Amino acid sequence: MTDAAVSPSPAAEVKGRSLFQLALLRFRRNRPAMAGSVMLVLIACFSFLGPFVISHSYDQVFSSYVTTPPNLEPRPGADALEEATKRVAARARVELQSFSVEGETFTAVVTARDPIDPRAARYFDRANEFDKTEVAASEDDGRKLTLTGVVDREYFLFGTDTNGRDLMARVMLGGQISIAVGLLASLVSLGIGVVYGAISGYMGGRIDNVMMRFVEILYSLPFVFLVVVLVVFFGRSFVLIFIVIGAVEWLDMARIVRGQTLSLKRREFIGAAEALGLTDWQIIRRHVIPNTIGPVVIFITVIVPKVILLESFLSFLGLGVQAPLTSWGSLIAEGANNMQSAPWLLVFPAIFFVVTLFSLNFVGDGLRDAFDPKDR
Amino acid sequence: MTEETKAMEPILSVRDLKVSFTTPDGDVNAVKGIDLDVRPGETLAVVGESGSGKSQTMMGIMGLLAANGTVTGSATYRGQEMVGLDPKALNAIRGAKITMIFQEPMTSLDPLYPIGKQIAEVIVHHRGGTQKAARPRVLELLKLVGIPDPERRIDSYPHEMSGGQRQRIMIAMALANEPDILIADEPTTALDVTIQAQILKLLRDLQKRFDMAIVLITHDLGIVRHFAERVVVMRRGEVVEQGATGELFETPKADYTRMLIEAEPSGRKAAPPDNAPIILEGRNVVVDYRIDGGLLKKRASTFRAVDDVTISLHEGQTIGVVGESGSGKSTLGRALLRLIASEGAYRFGRTDISGLDRAGMRPLRRSMQLVFQDPYGSLSPRQTVGEIITEGLYVHEPQLSRAERDKRAIEALKEVGLDPAARNRYPHEFSGGQRQRIAIARAMILKPQAVVLDEPTSALDRSVQGQVIELLRDLQARYGLSYVFISHDLSVVRAMSDYVVVMKDGRIVEEGPTDAIFSAPRAAYTRTLIGAAYNIAP
Repeated sequence: MTDAAVSPSPAAEVKGRSLFQLALLRFRRNRPAMAGSVMLVLIACFSFLGPFVISHSYDQVFSSYVTTPPNLEPRPGADALEEATKRVAARARVELQSFSVEGETFTAVVTARDPIDPRAARYFDRANEFDKTEVAASEDDGRKLTLTGVVDREYFLFGTDTNGRDLMARVMLGGQISIAVGLLASLVSLGIGVVYGAISGYMGGRIDNVMMRFVEILYSLPFVFLVVVLVVFFGRSFVLIFIVIGAVEWLDMARIVRGQTLSLKRREFIGAAEALGLTDWQIIRRHVIPNTIGPVVIFITVIVPKVILLESFLSFLGLGVQAPLTSWGSLIAEGANNMQSAPWLLVFPAIFFVVTLFSLNFVGDGLRDAFDPKDR
Repeated sequence: MTEETKAMEPILSVRDLKVSFTTPDGDVNAVKGIDLDVRPGETLAVVGESGSGKSQTMMGIMGLLAANGTVTGSATYRGQEMVGLDPKALNAIRGAKITMIFQEPMTSLDPLYPIGKQIAEVIVHHRGGTQKAARPRVLELLKLVGIPDPERRIDSYPHEMSGGQRQRIMIAMALANEPDILIADEPTTALDVTIQAQILKLLRDLQKRFDMAIVLITHDLGIVRHFAERVVVMRRGEVVEQGATGELFETPKADYTRMLIEAEPSGRKAAPPDNAPIILEGRNVVVDYRIDGGLLKKRASTFRAVDDVTISLHEGQTIGVVGESGSGKSTLGRALLRLIASEGAYRFGRTDISGLDRAGMRPLRRSMQLVFQDPYGSLSPRQTVGEIITEGLYVHEPQLSRAERDKRAIEALKEVGLDPAARNRYPHEFSGGQRQRIAIARAMILKPQAVVLDEPTSALDRSVQGQVIELLRDLQARYGLSYVFISHDLSVVRAMSDYVVVMKDGRIVEEGPTDAIFSAPRAAYTRTLIGAAYNIAP
């Protein structure tokens, strides 16, 4: 009754709004869902564009900065520099007389009992903190050297991990892999599940029976067992993760689509298509699949976080991505091991992970409301 | 009696009642300030087409609006204001003093509980006591509403009862607390004509017995004329006219009322010449449905939906197939088009199509089309109207270019009286009547010779029904089409067809030229059907 009143008069506009466009409009009005989408875009930008902005790569080891806590100040700080210089001096078997930093350059005066080999400057270069060290002046027959060079300052906003790699770069890489796994594996499951479910549901009868029993057999196989078998056969690879996860997740999708198809099959427009003489495949493609899109899109937003979690679980078991590649899941696993000594290792990847999952859930909720406004 | 009722104080008076719904596209005013009175013991009919706000008025009074609905204004029951009353206090009135019955008896009962328990619940809720103590009262109610063998039926579940019986159960529940007002929202729309008549008779008997007022919400003027004392005509959330039934039907003041009254389908169709060749024929049609025995039961049983029916459609003829739900008339239509597995000998023109499978039938599909009952369900919601109506071309004339298809779509839309701009829009943007035109355009674009029309007007309002019938007759005259017109609505069949087949339980009970059937029905069943239909609408 109300929907008759809602529908605009046909003369008002020539171009109609499809159900999808209407859903989009409703979605845009949903604040949390929009916030979730914005958040997801930001996280995706951070993960995929971030590596071009920061100077560190994910596998670059800073041996001087092992497990440094996050800091907004550049490393090394003044006292850390002093400390580092002393360390370098000790290694070069010279005595540090004075040390000063002006802007980006440092000046160190070192002395020793014997004349110093100018190659001692290399000891400075070897440390992560200093670069381009040169001998500026030599006094006392080479017993006193004035060294100048550039202080190599590094920013570790998220700190570094136990191997001295920049955690920010690691989180970005983890994001790339987790998001990629989430999306691709969901697409794999979407592709297989939708087609399989639609065919099974539409054909019905014996075909449906056989196809669904097959799904149930796959259901009953333990997931980890399946993964181990596949890994043994095909070896570890990045692509395998998509396939394994997709191969497990499409089962749910197939069931959902089949259920949808069964109810769609009784709708009269399917009967009308049959009466027009469309073939089964044409009906499935033109009428069944487009009409299952609502629940499918919603289900995708449930699958993506699930897949990300699954990947973390696999990585946690050591079956997932291998070092130096990483994902949020493995970062969190690593962080959990060092929770007491270096909490930031857990906190940063966890924040990103949780925010992503939250956003996905809000978006999924928004999509559900947008596609089925009458269900509320 | 009218003198008396006029003198009586109204028990329910509604003043300036407004109902609006908040939707994302802005507020929708479903009811725009209406006044009406219900006097004790009278029958007030609220008439209007779908979307006129007649149901929402009652829902608003009863506090049963959807979550996004708000009601303002005033509705007083015996001096008690109901609008804005808190739900607890409202519950003392609704369900006890004012009760409702709904259109869909199939879904208004909880399938998990026996009907006796559901009726007893109403009594226990409002009067206290136990289920057990309420049992005699439940039995009494079941007897009252004419359920045979109430001692046994009291423990039946809803699915064990027919639609008519379920509606009786709903009435029993509504009567349980002896209400002053019974609001009946399209109580008979979902029922067959013969059962419709029984339910209306029951309501009238009960009304006399309990001296309660009935507010009858309906779109069927036939029922109103026969049943109501006063009528309120609503349109687009406003009261157009109200008055005593006789007066209103004799001298309608508002144009809209006149239009509603005159919307009864009229006209007759002349029979085609005797020598017209047969276009579509089915001999000894038998359709069996297999009922699966389930996992443990080995043998599946069969249900014979159509039993040895022979029907031949001549060029230019319209055969009306009449029958109640379950009589196999829709199944027969699909069997004739070879859309379901069936036995029998079929031919289309001179071609024998009995042995053809789906692929074999495909080239012939363009010449034999089907139009469905439900204009909401028969159009795919995710395609534009243009895509929907040109779908047949996509199958049968795949060589057509996009521009040519578009041209054909424009022609087809013009033919059914729609704006060609409609082809870029989606079905949900159209009203029921417009959608049915789209469905007809989809069938017509292929230039078929025989069309099976499966209740094409049943889901439409009377006035729209008239237009669709007009359109169908027009197209038939223009293109020499032959129709098989399936319907349970006798007045529509009378206006549309020149030959009538009456079906019951899968068999033909009687057949003959329309006028002969309607003026001198031979079979007893035909007489009951016609009697039921025309006693309501004299």
